[in-house]
Parts: sequence; C-alpha cells; structure tokens
Amino acid sequence: MKRFARLYEALDATTSTNAKLAALREYFASAPDADAAWAVYFLSGEKPKRVVPTRTLRDLARRLADVPDWLFEESYQAVGDLAETIAHLLPEPVRDSDESLAAWIEGRLLALRDLRDDALETALVAAWDDLDRPSRFLWNKLITGGFRVGVSKQLVTRAVAEVAGLDPNLVAERLMGAWTPTAASYRALRADEHAQERERSGRPYPFFLAHALDRTVEELGPIEDWHAEWKWDGIRVQLVVRGGGVHLWSRGDELITDRFPELADLGTRLPDGTVVDGELLAWRDDRPLPFAALQQRIGRRQLTARVLDAAPAALVGYDLLELAGEDIRARPFEDRRAALAGLVEQVADSRFVLSSAVRAADWAGLAALRGEARARGVEGLMLKRRGSPYGAGRVKLGPGGEWWKWKVDLLSVDAVLVYAQRGHGRRASLYTDYTFAVWRGDELVPFAKAYSGLTDAEIREVDAFIRRNTREKFGPVRSVTPELVMEIGFEGIQRSPRHKSGIAVRFPRILRLRGDKKAADADTLDTLRRLLEAVPA
Amino acid sequence: MSLPSTDLIRLTPNGLYCEAGDFYVDPWRPVDRAVITHAHSDHARRGHTRYLAHRDAEGVLRNRLGDISLDCVEYGDPVDLNGVRVSLHPAGHVLGSAQVRIESRGEVWVLSGDYKLARDPTCRAFEPVRAHTFVTESTFGLPVYRWRPEHELLASVNDWWRANADAGRASVLFAYAFGKAQRLIAGLDPSIGPIVCHGAVETLNEAYRAAGVPLPPTLRVTDVADRSAFRHAIALAPPSAQGTTWLRRFGAYSDAFASGWMQLRGARRRNGVDRGFVVSDHADWPGLQTAIRESGAHRVFVTHGYVPVMVRWLTEQGLDARAFETQFGTTDDEADTAAAEGGDAA
Ligand SMILES: [Zn+2]
Ligand SMILES: [Zn+2]
Repeated sequence: MKRFARLYEALDATTSTNAKLAALREYFASAPDADAAWAVYFLSGEKPKRVVPTRTLRDLARRLADVPDWLFEESYQAVGDLAETIAHLLPEPVRDSDESLAAWIEGRLLALRDLRDDALETALVAAWDDLDRPSRFLWNKLITGGFRVGVSKQLVTRAVAEVAGLDPNLVAERLMGAWTPTAASYRALRADEHAQERERSGRPYPFFLAHALDRTVEELGPIEDWHAEWKWDGIRVQLVVRGGGVHLWSRGDELITDRFPELADLGTRLPDGTVVDGELLAWRDDRPLPFAALQQRIGRRQLTARVLDAAPAALVGYDLLELAGEDIRARPFEDRRAALAGLVEQVADSRFVLSSAVRAADWAGLAALRGEARARGVEGLMLKRRGSPYGAGRVKLGPGGEWWKWKVDLLSVDAVLVYAQRGHGRRASLYTDYTFAVWRGDELVPFAKAYSGLTDAEIREVDAFIRRNTREKFGPVRSVTPELVMEIGFEGIQRSPRHKSGIAVRFPRILRLRGDKKAADADTLDTLRRLLEAVPA
Repeated sequence: MSLPSTDLIRLTPNGLYCEAGDFYVDPWRPVDRAVITHAHSDHARRGHTRYLAHRDAEGVLRNRLGDISLDCVEYGDPVDLNGVRVSLHPAGHVLGSAQVRIESRGEVWVLSGDYKLARDPTCRAFEPVRAHTFVTESTFGLPVYRWRPEHELLASVNDWWRANADAGRASVLFAYAFGKAQRLIAGLDPSIGPIVCHGAVETLNEAYRAAGVPLPPTLRVTDVADRSAFRHAIALAPPSAQGTTWLRRFGAYSDAFASGWMQLRGARRRNGVDRGFVVSDHADWPGLQTAIRESGAHRVFVTHGYVPVMVRWLTEQGLDARAFETQFGTTDDEADTAAAEGGDAA
C-alpha cells in the first residue's frame, strides 16, 4: 500500500508526462504481480464502488479526531476534499503496516461491503490505525469510490508495455473491455503475443484520437494531402461485429450496446468480422438532432418507445478497422474509407451513414466551409492525412499518421461576474468557479458557469477581488459586487426554459479578463438572443 | 455598542496600541514609538520615529529599514515605557523574534507576534509566558495543520536532494528568504553537495552568521565557476524567483517548495513544483493550542489567520476569545499566502 501511495504522490505531484511515465515504470518494474494488477486497474480509471457511505466515514472520523461538527466542516471547506480532510484530522496511526496493495484491496476493502454498524466501524478504525497519512488518503479515496489520478490509460499502457518490452497497442487491446485485476491477468498482460489473440471476440481497438489544431492549416502542407470531414457532436463509438455477437463500445471503453438497441440491430445486419469506428448521433431526416436530444436520451433509465422516437440513434461511419475478420488498420486511409463506403452501400440502412467528405480546392475554400459548421450542427472539421494508418491513442506526428480537429471559432460575449464558488482538487482553496450574467434592462441575469481559461496568476487576482467584494455568503457560494467583466466563449447556444435567462450555452469558458470594461459595458440578453437566432438549434 | 475600552491594548487605525505606555506593537502606520516583534515586513514597517526590538533582530531590521532609531534589548530584560513594564521573550519564529509582555498595574498582556513551537537551531526556542490576556496569531489555525517532527521533515529534504544529486540534477528549493531558508540550510547535509543561495537568501545568511548562528558554508551562484557543480547542488531561492531567468543556470533541475501550506494537496499542486515540503515558521494547530494553554490566559485575542475559527473554538473551550482585525500577514511572511491559499483571513 505504501508503495502505491508513493506512486500516487509522484503522479499527483507532477504535470510532466515524462516524470509520470518514469514513476509508473519504476512501480511496474518492482511491484508484485497482484499489486501491479490492481494498480493497472485503478490507474486506468476503474474504481471500486463506494463500500462505505460517506456519512458513516465522516461521522466516525469526526469522533476519532474529536472535533466538533462545525470545525470538521471548516476544515473540509479549506481542504476541499473529504478523503484528504479525514487523513489530516485523524490521530496518528498506532501501527506501521506494510501489507501489499492486493492484500488491502482483496483482504480488507472488499470485506467492508458486508460489514455494518459496529463491525464496519471496528474495521475502519483498524485500517486507519495501520496507515500513515498518504496511505490513509488513498484508502479513503478507494473506499468512497472517489479514486482519481491524473494519468491517462494510455500512459499506464505505455509504462506496462515498456517494462514488458511489448508493443503498446497490444497491451492496450489486452486491456480493452472488462479486465479483471488478478495476478494471472497481469501476467497475461505482460506475456508475449500469441497467435490466436486476434480472434478474441467483442473487443474494440484502441480509439485513434485527434488533436486540436495547434497551427495554421497552411502549415499542414498541400490540401491534396488531406481528407476533410465534419466533426460531429455525438458519442464516439466502435461497433464490433465478431464471433456472431454485436458490441457497441464508447470511447471510454464502456459497453453501451443495451442503451442503443437500434444500433445493436444494425450490427446484426453487418457481416461477421466487421469493426466500424464512428459517431453515434441522434439522427432524423438525414441530419443530426441537437446534442441535447441525445443527452436527454442518455439520461433516461427506461427506453420507452417515446424516448426512442424522440431521439433515434444512427451511426455515422468514420473508418473501418476490421473487414472480413482482418485487422486493416495499417492500410492507407483511402483504402479503409473505400471499404467503409462499400459496406454502407451494401447494408443500405438509414441508421448507417458514411461521414461525408468535405471538399475544397484550397485551404481558404475549406475555411469558408468550416464557417458553415455551426449552421450544420457540427463542431467544425476533422482533417485526416491521406495514406495514413489508423493509429492508437493520441499520436501527434510521425508514421502513426495525423488527425486534427479544426473546430469553429467560439461564440462570445462580455459578461459580469456575479457569483463565485471554491474550486475542487488542487484549487479547493481558491474561488475558481464563476457564474456570469448579462444585462436585461438594469438587471443582471445569470446565464453561464465557467471555471476554466484563466492563468494561475489571474485566478489569484480574481480570487483576491472576490474576497474583497463579497456581498453575501451562501454556503460555499459568494455573491460578488458586479464589477468584473470577462469575455466568455462557448461552442453553442440553445433555448432553455429551465434557465432564468431562457438560454443555455454549451461548453462555456473564459476567454480573457476584460479589465478595460466596466460592468455597464457588458453585453445584454438581447445580444445572446441574436446569437441564438443566428445559430440554428 | 461597547463602552470605551479600558483594555491595556486596543486596536486603532495605526495598529495595536498601548495607551498607558503610549506605544504600539508592530504598527502598520508611522507612529512615534513602535515595539517590533520581528523583522518580517508585515510586522516591521518603515516610518516610525523610534523602534524597540530584540538585539538579534537588529541586523535584519537595519538591512531592511535603513538608518532607523532603534533600541535593542535582551530577552527578559524589562524596559519602562511611561510607567508600563515591557519585556521581550523568545517566540521561536525567526532570528530575534519575540513575544511582547506588557505589564501595568498588575495586569499582564502578552502579544505573541508570529511564533512556532517546533525545534529550530537558528533561533531561540519559544518560551511560554504567563498572561491575563494573550494575543495569538492563527496563520495555521485549523486542525488539518499538524506538522511532522523536525528531523523527519529535514530527512525528507535531504533524501530528495540526494536522489537528485545521484541523478546528476540540481535541486531548487523555494523558501522564504528570511527565517525559513536559514532553518532549512542549518538542517541540510553538506556531504551531499554544495549549497548555493540566491542573493536575497545569502544577505540574510550573513545577518544570521553575524548574530552568531552557525550555518554550513553557502555559495552565491557567482562563486561557482564550473557549472557542472550545480548538478549536485541544492539552490535556495525565494518564491519570487520562481519562473525567472536566475534558474536557467541550473539546467534540468527538480524543484520544491517549503511551506506550511504544502500540507494540503490543492496548494501543493497549484504551486507547480515537483515537491512540497511541509516546513513552517508558524505554529501548527496543536502548537497554537499549547501556547494558548501555557499562557494561562483567560482572555485571548486572535490575529491574522483563521480568526473566526479560532475565536469560536476557544470560546467553546471556555475562554473569552475575540478577534483583532490586524494588517499582519500581508507581505513576505509565510502568512501572506493565507489570502491566496488558505481561508478568508488577512
Ligand atoms: Zn513573521
Ligand atoms: Zn505575521
């Protein structure tokens, strides 16, 4: 447990990918298989369900720490994280145990699920008595189902692959789907590749991800080298038809076949040994419905006929990864796309659409088309290098090929800061979550919450402003004298009767501080309404 | 509405004022007579006519404030100020830091200034002083702030330095130039490599040595002719050096920040350094409680830090606790980060 706590601290302390990779390699090079298995499991985003109710944990910790409830709450407000607050407040441990991670998880954590009341409390106290502060923090995170760490599954995959001397893609594939954290499966993860591995059924390939374009399109070279498509605003999926079964996987490696019966049905019409990479969209009359329609559907527990009818799902195909049981990812992009087009035509199902190519004679022409993106209900353009293979993960350059997201410019308005709330995690002690308002007559109407886009120095400046200009406090939220103007960008705008402003914006973020503007210079609700009219829902 | 105060010390726009003795303690506006607890700039400001401070604070005070009219005293030696008996007692915060004991007509107040109870070889250890009324700081006045023992903290700093030196990488340690830096330097293991100091730190090292505090040998960067020597060095720099070109000479280095705020993961991460060492010049929560208890005071005034929390807590402990809205903790002391990182204090 201590070793894993040290790894967690090392990963948590740095933003450098190289430093994280080095820490991971060091861990996997030395950890016992059973521990490494759990480490892979947790670090790639899996976590045990909460085994102890937060309330129970909090009450017990408060009693052990012997502080009144209000002081516990003040501490929690300052720390911003319950697991950490408890780790700091508990009395010093009485024993110095160094049981393995696997022993802690299998022997102690999972056992908590069956315990109640006194037995549960006794087990929790015994655990805390055995752990030093960093390990307690980790333990608290694990038993409350709140474990998170800033590494990507891809980085963990890479570390394991490097330690085992394997191709990261192979490790990534082995990790796909429901991977069980046992010593045996960790050994299998690190084992040399065997011939039948390709014939496993159901598992998707690692998704190839695009980067946001960080240069001018001209720098990409001649437009002839590139294939452009719309960047659809739905759920990225792989439809895997293999071994007589149909599996729909989301990019988060979540199996969502049951949520989309119409695509499961579509899968049965595809030939066995097919894997399509594409975007799942709510789709009607040859065009996408707004993302909100899909969102509502995801939120529904029961897939009634009405729900299915309100947001029928379709698959817009981007790429073909497997054809007639053969992995074709290494083939040139055009070949895969031609095969996909053939498949779409052959199946002839309105729920299966080829993502259409966007063609222009030059970059300027393409830029003009990109300007229409919002009107078409897409986020912008995808640029894929012709001839490139289908890579794994977020490969930027080199032989892995290149995919770029070329999103439309944001919509923006100048708005006034009216409420502020403390941040979470590393910003728990600062006011970093802001609510912004625009004018309706002489009244300020809140319309967006945003918490990203400022530099650390700006955040400190705004934090100091908020503390000096607080009007009222409601729990963690403060209302602030409306003086500070910021430019707020967003990717979309919709009517919303649920909001006081009657408007909901999508992906709002702070573009910059407008120190040059006074509150009176901020935009009005009418400005937002005009944007709404200019942008079809 | 309260009656006009007959307290020995009261809060005025200039600062904490003793009317009977006609002097101020750590005033923030220019006054005639200022008793100074220590030379951090939020407590020792410019412009007073006469200063009174501990002898060991003289070097740093003159360095900071120039040619001031300064009376120096030893710990425990009483001074008569208009019939009020004033004496200074070790606060354990930084070199020459003092608690101010004020006695008039049998009533005793002690103003703590900033203090810590942890061991620190670079300044006299905190000594409890009995008082009717105790004025305490509260920079780390939350029970989540509990420091590890000194030797453990220093071992972790040396371990980090040693690991970097073994990897041929410089170690850059950010710490407040006055007090924190010297305490760390005194605990470093010079067998690992050279100790290099930023100019702001080295100036204070000299003041410490002049006051008779032994420190291991330190170098200015300009003393190092061969840059490859930096690969085993530890460099101490004030937090303000973060992100400046001064750091370029160290090549690929690992960095760390030493502060009590590093106790919290959020602050550690926000700081953007590789490591955070929880080393503070201030008392932790248990330290604050011990100091208050050992003062024997029934009345406690709380200044800079988690004031409302401490007032409520002490009230629940049966003390007469109140707040003083001071302007301490607003500059180069560790406490100033309270505004940015800690609670709502300062
Ligand atoms: Zn100080
Ligand atoms: Zn102070």
